[in-house]
Amino acid sequence: MTTSTRDKLSTSILYVNAVTVSFDGFKALNDLSFTIDPGEMRAVIGPNGAGKTTMMDVVTGKTRPTSGDILFNGRVDLTRLDEASIARLGIGRKFQRPTVFENHTVLDNLELALAGSRTVKHSLFARLSGEARDRLDELLTIIALTDRRHQRAGALSHGEKQWLEIGMLLAQDPDLLFLDEPAAGMTDAETEQTAELLKGIAGRHSIVVVEHDMAFVRSLGVRVTVLHEGAVLAEGSMDAVQQNPRVIDVYLGR
Amino acid sequence: MATGSSSGYTPLLLRIDAGGWVLLLVLIAAGIGVPYANQMLPQESPWHVPTWLVALLGKYLCFALLALSVDLVWGFCGILSLGHGAFFALGGYAMGMHLMRQIGDRGVYGNPDLPDFMVFLNWDSLPWYWYGFDQFWFAMLMVMLVPGMLAFVFGWFAFRSRVTGVYLSIITQAMTYALLLAFFRNDMGFGGNNGLTDFKDILGFSLQADATRCALFAASAVALGVGYLLCRFIVTSKAGRVLVAVRDAESRTRFLGYRVEHYKLFVFTVSAVLAGIAGALYVPQVGIINPGEFSPANSIEIVVWVAVGGRGTLYGAALGGVLVNYGKTYFTAAMPELWLFLLGGLFIAVTLLLPRGIVGTLQLWGGVLRRRFSSGDRKRGSHGAVAPAPAGGGE
Ligand SMILES: Nc1ncnc2c1ncn2[C@@H]1O[C@H](COP(=O)(O)OP(=O)(O)OP(=O)(O)O)[C@@H](O)[C@H]1O
Ligand SMILES: [Mg+2]
Repeated sequence: MTTSTRDKLSTSILYVNAVTVSFDGFKALNDLSFTIDPGEMRAVIGPNGAGKTTMMDVVTGKTRPTSGDILFNGRVDLTRLDEASIARLGIGRKFQRPTVFENHTVLDNLELALAGSRTVKHSLFARLSGEARDRLDELLTIIALTDRRHQRAGALSHGEKQWLEIGMLLAQDPDLLFLDEPAAGMTDAETEQTAELLKGIAGRHSIVVVEHDMAFVRSLGVRVTVLHEGAVLAEGSMDAVQQNPRVIDVYLGR
Repeated sequence: MATGSSSGYTPLLLRIDAGGWVLLLVLIAAGIGVPYANQMLPQESPWHVPTWLVALLGKYLCFALLALSVDLVWGFCGILSLGHGAFFALGGYAMGMHLMRQIGDRGVYGNPDLPDFMVFLNWDSLPWYWYGFDQFWFAMLMVMLVPGMLAFVFGWFAFRSRVTGVYLSIITQAMTYALLLAFFRNDMGFGGNNGLTDFKDILGFSLQADATRCALFAASAVALGVGYLLCRFIVTSKAGRVLVAVRDAESRTRFLGYRVEHYKLFVFTVSAVLAGIAGALYVPQVGIINPGEFSPANSIEIVVWVAVGGRGTLYGAALGGVLVNYGKTYFTAAMPELWLFLLGGLFIAVTLLLPRGIVGTLQLWGGVLRRRFSSGDRKRGSHGAVAPAPAGGGE
């Protein structure tokens, strides 16, 4: 191990090194390496099937890598843990298809996500503290769903579900957040609001955002990683990446 | 009543919905009224309840409790168990073993320790797993422990390896079928295909006596009421909301940090214990327990009761258990060869026409009417009441 990788290891919140995931021989991730710094927001782009969702699956415990290392906070080996343990470590995730608990109210969705004990025994007798109530109010304001708090989540619009799911992630109070296409299916106005929302929460959490909407990614104004065929094709500012001939090839070549 | 389901802690009595109150009041009224009408009213009175009817109603209450236990896992956590008949039968066998030991030397062979069928098989001593069943408290403990332990061990393996959906339903069927075959064998020591029967008394009271029948009926009403309150406590707690979350979006729940398998294991075990208690109350009222209770079709039938009554409503499941079994009593007497077709047809009709069951459909209509006639107040249902999920669902 060189000194620089050791530095990276100790300073980064997420360290992904040479990760390969193969499905029956097909490599969805192919020797993928990248790191995320504490408090950093990172955008990840790439054509369909590039492996963006698989990258999240492998970090959040849904899929086991065929080979490679994933370290959280320079210490914890995520490849050995299941989804619940990884979530409890402080890693949250929003799915590509917005997934909320449709039969619960907006408020109940947030309450279930609120950081705290997750054991059966605790939740059988749990009551909501005043502090938790305040936190829920705060979250409702952040995701602009205060006046829909008692509505069934299933009755929300697509965009509102996306926000609710983001709100649930924030309720978990994670150190590292993965958002898979948070602006998909949103109107322009909603997309803009979402970008503002993310910028508002950046800094307190490290965030990895996957998005196809280039205008959205540009408006975030953060470092961009381009994935292609399961590996990093380019990394840098949005402008630098867009001028990269290999990136242009991949996007125009299809 | 508190608004919204997220508000702090609410005492259990405030967490009961309207249908639940109706169920509890009916149970209290029946638990007192039926024994009264049997014991106190003269035979000529139009209100007199004959003993055979007391026993029949008591049997329905046991089925209602069994339906309730299935609704807890299926309606609220999406675990479609097609093996709950096994937990019911195990509870029944534990009770049956106690009643066998109570016979003492009054059996045909007059052996004070060995039940008749063991003497018949030329066994000379009681198998170790029959020890302790002469004690009522021990037998009652086993009524809960045996189904509970089986559910725990079964669930431990199934839920940990994330067996869900159809696959889980199939292995629950396999479980009850395996037990069916095992209990059919004479050398298992549970009376083979005859099962356990010819019971004489319970706690010193003759099982033939009208008063004993009334007491068993009342006990069944109490068990159903307490079982209902327990289920209601669970589903209206935060744990209940986690269960529904698991039912509707299992992986979302996992990524929030919940150990989904722990929640499933908890609710599956509680449910199996309730089913076991239902079986234990059933056996003295019908006077027999045999391996037929393990038959896979029995377990499927329970699911039909719940679907008919209304999945995910608890009291609806209890109603379904009573109604379908009333229909069964009626039709198996009137046209026995048609009953199975009727049951199948009923299930298809309910699935297609009333996917929410009787209670769910009434709630839906009630909601529509209320919205039409009231000022449009949003408050729907009461504490944590969650609409049943359509079939399938979850990722
Ligand atoms: N469980 C799986 N089994 C087999 N192949 C899979 C599996 N999951 C993903 N893949 C394949 O891996 C590749 C990467 O998929 P992934 O979902 O990560 O892409 P993506 O970058 O998120 O694409 P999109 O932009 O369309 O969401 C795809 O070719 C996909 O078909
Ligand atoms: Mg994807």
